[in-house]
Parts: sequence; C-alpha cells; structure tokens
Amino acid sequence: MAKITWKMQDGTVISAEVKDGLNLMEAATANNVSHIMGECGGCLSCATCHVFVAHEWLAKTGEVDDIEDAMLEMTEVEREENSRLSCQIIASPELDGLLLHVPEPE
Amino acid sequence: MASPIVIIGAGQAAASFVSRHTALGSTQPLLLIGEESHPPYQRPPLSKKYLLGELERDRLFIRPLDWYAEQGVETRFNTRVTEIRPAARQIAVAAGDIIDYDRLIICTGSSARNLPAEIGGGLDAVFTLRSIADIDRLSPEFRTGRRLLIVGGGYIGLEAAAAGRQLGLEVTVIEMAERIMQRVAARETSNYFRHLHSSHGVEIMEGAEMIRLVEAGGRACGAELTSGEIIDADLVLIGIGGSPNIELAQAANLECDTGIRVDGACRSSDPYIYAAGDCTSFERNGQQIRLESVQNAADQGDLVARVIAGEDVSYTALPWFWSDQYDCKLQIAGLNIGYDQCVVRPGDKDQTQSIWYYSGDRLLAVDAINDPKAYVFGRKMIESGMNPRKESVASPDSDLRAIAKG
Repeated sequence: MAKITWKMQDGTVISAEVKDGLNLMEAATANNVSHIMGECGGCLSCATCHVFVAHEWLAKTGEVDDIEDAMLEMTEVEREENSRLSCQIIASPELDGLLLHVPEPE
Repeated sequence: MASPIVIIGAGQAAASFVSRHTALGSTQPLLLIGEESHPPYQRPPLSKKYLLGELERDRLFIRPLDWYAEQGVETRFNTRVTEIRPAARQIAVAAGDIIDYDRLIICTGSSARNLPAEIGGGLDAVFTLRSIADIDRLSPEFRTGRRLLIVGGGYIGLEAAAAGRQLGLEVTVIEMAERIMQRVAARETSNYFRHLHSSHGVEIMEGAEMIRLVEAGGRACGAELTSGEIIDADLVLIGIGGSPNIELAQAANLECDTGIRVDGACRSSDPYIYAAGDCTSFERNGQQIRLESVQNAADQGDLVARVIAGEDVSYTALPWFWSDQYDCKLQIAGLNIGYDQCVVRPGDKDQTQSIWYYSGDRLLAVDAINDPKAYVFGRKMIESGMNPRKESVASPDSDLRAIAKG
C-alpha cells in the first residue's frame, strides 16, 4: 500500500491508500480526482492522465521511457520537467506519501 | 421529484457522460441502465491483456462499482430497455417498469457481427469478442496447442491472433479482401502487420473467401473456402466488424441512417434525446460517418454533459485510435477516408515507421507504428490544419517537432 495525495490548483487535496501494483491513473479515477481521465486505459495513447510529481519524489517515481516522453508532448497543459503520465507510475511501498500536483486545463 | 436524466447503455460513452455531469456539479439525478451485469468497462483490453489473463476484471471498470452510488447515480444493470416513448418522455424496461425521463441519452454502442446461422454462426466453438461475457466463454477454449481460426483480418482478429500466439495456440487468419486491414488502412500498414504476424507464426490467408464453417457434432471444426480448401480448427473467432445498436431508436422513429443521426451537439431528431458513441452517425467534413472507438465514445459522452449543462459546444475532436499487437504499438491520428496518396516515413529505430495519408496536399491521418513521436506531432499538425510537404515528412532527417511548430 502507498498513501498517494493529489493536490489541485486551488489547494484542495485528495488522499487515498493505493494497493501495490495499481497504476496511479487508475487510482486517481477510482478516487474521483478531477482532470485525470485515462481514456486509453493506460496504454500510452491519450496523455489524459498528466501529473506534476513533487520534486522530492521524482527519483522514486522512476524513469520516463521513450513512448511516455513522446506522449508528454501532447498533454493539454504543457509539460514541465516534473511531468509524468500517471498511468506509468505503479503504486508500491516506496511511494508511500507521494504528492502529485494535478494540472488543470483552462 | 424531478425526472432523472436516463442513460441507456453502460459503456464508455455513458461513463464519460456521468463523469463530466458530476464534475460539473450538476444536481440533476441520473439513472444509468445497462444490459450487462458490470458497470461501464474498457473494451479495448478484452482482445489484448484481458484475453491474455494479464488484467483482473475489476481493473477493466472505468470507475469502480461503488463510485456511481457515491456520486448519487442510480444504476440498474442486467436491465434491458424495451421501448422509448418520445412523446411521453418515458422508457419501458424488460421487467415491465415505465420510467419517466427529463432527458434521455442513448449510449447503446455496437454489437459484434456473427456469421449467419446457415453458414455456421450459431455452432458451438464459434465466438465473437466484444464483451466480458464473450471472453468468459472464449477463455476456457483459448489454450496452448489449440487450432484457432480467425475469420476477418481487422483489428479484433489481429489482436486476438497476437494473443493466441502469445498463449501458444496455432493461429490461422482468413481475410476475404485482398489484404488484411483493407477497410481501415493503407497497403503499407497492411504489409507491416502481415509481416509481423507471419514472423510470429500466424498463417494469414488473404483473398480467402469462406463458404461455410464445417461442423462435427454441433461444434465448428473448421471452414470450407471457395477454393475447395478446408481449414481445420478447434475454435473459430469471428472478427468481421460491428453493427450499431439502433433498434430502440428506430422503433421510436428517431432519425437514423448508419447510426442514430445526431447534430454537432449530439442531439437526435428529438429535442429531449441525445446519443453518444458507437451508435451515432454524424457529419464530419461534409461526410456522414459512424465511428467505433473509445475516443469518439468518450468525447461525445463528455460533450452531451456539457451541452445539457448549457455550454455552447460542438463536436470537433480529432479521431484517434490504437492497437497493440505483440510488442508493437499502432497509434492512429485522424481519419484516412478519401486519401489518394500515402507517404512512408522511416522511424529512427528498427521496426518503426509511420504512414501519412494525404488527399491532394491535405494531411488527413497518420498511422504511427512504434513511433509515438510521429503520432504526437502528426496529430498536432492535423489538429491545427497544417499540411506539411510530403517530401519533408518522407525524409527521416526532417524534424517533426519543428514542422509541427510551423
């Protein structure tokens, strides 16, 4: 299990205990986090599960592979250096306490 | 109490509608009615990871079952709607209840086509692949060493062929047209996937017309072709496309052609009835089209919620699709209808390429094979109405990012 927190732009937060092995796009839609859609189900085709990872967590959330890197070019809110597609981050005990900022399209 | 907004059909479009409706903070009650026993789920993994047994059932659900109640959405699964009565703004369900609606959203989707019963469609060991129930029936037969015959070389057939090889089945695909994927893609894309499947040991027979399935004791055991050849099989999967579920709409005298005809705001010909997803037909660039895709279902469902909330929006989303076969990822941006020329762009690695569809000088669509950059920048170009020169696209040295920036 890992406690994951999503922080919206207005400061509101949603936290949830997420089962190991689930990806954080699934966890977000299950917990009703706005703006995270996950239309392609996590197969790297839609870029609708974009998050900004809190900087102190970047190393623990792993590497961005080539496909994710390309798909991050078409996020609705422009990517930053801490951008990830949350379907590619898999819950594990090491991520307990992870903070994700949720981009909100205009 | 006010009548609810009633949604018929619990698939991707319905889930998308409900998500947007609740996110917009609307307090108008919703009633979601579905024929299957599950909440809305993702269908694309059915022919991929779910068939391979790599994904648990609950992970197919677009939202967890509890989510609907948490949002105050009433659900009735295992429930078939038998009639829409537009004049009374009511529907009837199979149990006999009559339900009043304030607005009705038809999200009935499409069904997999089967072969006619006369040529074997009703035999045991004949399967279609469109629902969790289909996979429940198919899975016990989908085992190592079995001979799987797939009728139809489109996406479903080819994805199932890949899953079959991955699980150690012997796989034959018969395609009536002169090449697999003929209806959806250019020759170059067909060639790539033919080679991919051949190299994984799938036998692909193109231009192969079937007369009937061969039967033994009520079970299909092969197919007879017009060439006289008999293909033996232990199980048969039919992947010959889908047809929209529009019977209710037709019976209610809603305007229908290849689907339920909707305008740019997904309104049907009745002012209180909307439709979204596979079951709709709509105009795009002067053509009346129907799409079977997650993108279309999700975007139309989302749009209906916005329209009902009073937003002045219309449907302009660019269609996109994907298919995963073995380790190969095909991503498609745009619609290639009416293309007259294709340009092939080699990717920067082995086994990667993209096919760019043009009508004259206008870029219509891109098939990106293991080349997400081509997909992303191709999609951006099409969305912004940019028409890059064919020579620059064809050159592997050109910078797609720079071209897309204009």
